Amino acid sequence: MHALLGPAWALFRRELLLAARRPAEWAQPLVFYGIVALLFPLGIEAQNPALKVFAPAIVWVGALLAALLAVERMFRGDLEDGTLEQLLLAQAPAPLLVAAKFGAHWLLTALPLVLAAPLLGLMLGLDPLPVRVLTLGLLLGTPTLMFTGGFAAALTVGAQRAGILLPILVLPLMTPAVIFGGGAVHAASSGLPYAAPLYFLAALLALALTGLPLAAAGALRNAVE
Amino acid sequence: MPDSPVSALRVHALAVARGDRRVLSDLSFTLAPGEILHIRGGNGAGKTSLLEVLCGLRAPAAGRIEGQPTAAQRHWLGHKNALNPVLTVRENLVFWCALNGNDAAEVDAALARVGLKAQRHRPCGALSVGQRRRAALARLCAVSRPWWFLDEPLAGLDRAAVHVLADLLHAHARAGGAAVLTSHQALPDALACGVRELELGR
Repeated sequence: MHALLGPAWALFRRELLLAARRPAEWAQPLVFYGIVALLFPLGIEAQNPALKVFAPAIVWVGALLAALLAVERMFRGDLEDGTLEQLLLAQAPAPLLVAAKFGAHWLLTALPLVLAAPLLGLMLGLDPLPVRVLTLGLLLGTPTLMFTGGFAAALTVGAQRAGILLPILVLPLMTPAVIFGGGAVHAASSGLPYAAPLYFLAALLALALTGLPLAAAGALRNAVE
Repeated sequence: MPDSPVSALRVHALAVARGDRRVLSDLSFTLAPGEILHIRGGNGAGKTSLLEVLCGLRAPAAGRIEGQPTAAQRHWLGHKNALNPVLTVRENLVFWCALNGNDAAEVDAALARVGLKAQRHRPCGALSVGQRRRAALARLCAVSRPWWFLDEPLAGLDRAAVHVLADLLHAHARAGGAAVLTSHQALPDALACGVRELELGR
């Protein structure tokens, strides 16, 4: 077991070390997220009741765009310096290494978004229960967003001009997470049962955790060859 | 010192293709433990493609290979050094040791062998091309594997570094390991002694 998890843990720690050396890279999505969420009250006016209605969508779409911003260069540096080639040649299963990389990126870029969500939810006028549901939904949904984005980054890492290709690939795949995440908050705001959309988010998470590292590892092998 | 027992690599009627084009055909040879093979050829002769096939990174177009090393037995050094420019030389090597299940205690000794001990706490991005290549060579020592596949290892190396590479290769062979390296030119004298040569394109 240690022989399998040891290499994944080594890669996970390396990602944290790199993030510590380049704090701007993981701080940028959080700043972007805060700015996007702040622009809405400024644009509509803070007391407008419409803000409360749109709050779940604002927070979820903000998280989605911030996640997209974070994944674009996930594998680019590793491809350029030859690390990716060595990772795929290693004895450790490539999907496990990919999952470790996705996990580290979630911890560094998406978990801060989840932690900031209660603040943004209250700022946008949500009540305490919907704020809790929003945060729980993001906790379940952001790994799905990160793994989906990571898969698309693996698909496009070899492309010279992947700029617009990545969002075009990723945004449709991320739609279910946004629908169920936003739906849970709306249900909680309206006093309706909100467990079902959260279960769907959990199911999407299980699918993403088990399937996307395999698919991403295959895409990376194509990119290296 | 190689950890795993090494069996000879036996190549029978091998053909190698790149895309639709067959670059090599009907190639047969045996490489035993303790031997070093130099694959020599001009640009486009198929050196890298052959090395990839021998290493198991690419399937042959025809023929078969017996005794091909597993992932736990091989070490590949390609054109890129696999060193993150932000991390220090030591951090990079410690990472590769941990990823490959090796003890990081060998890292400092490996860096001393390639003459990079004084630079071990410098970021790889601040090193010269030759120093980065030396750091990649240090990885060969730190991550112990019986089979070495080195694609153009002389690129960027000065005369002193060529001697370092020669010492590493010969010590590896004496310890029972085997190595295959490619180059487009004849090997320098320091390296050529005791090395078998396979010239492509003849």
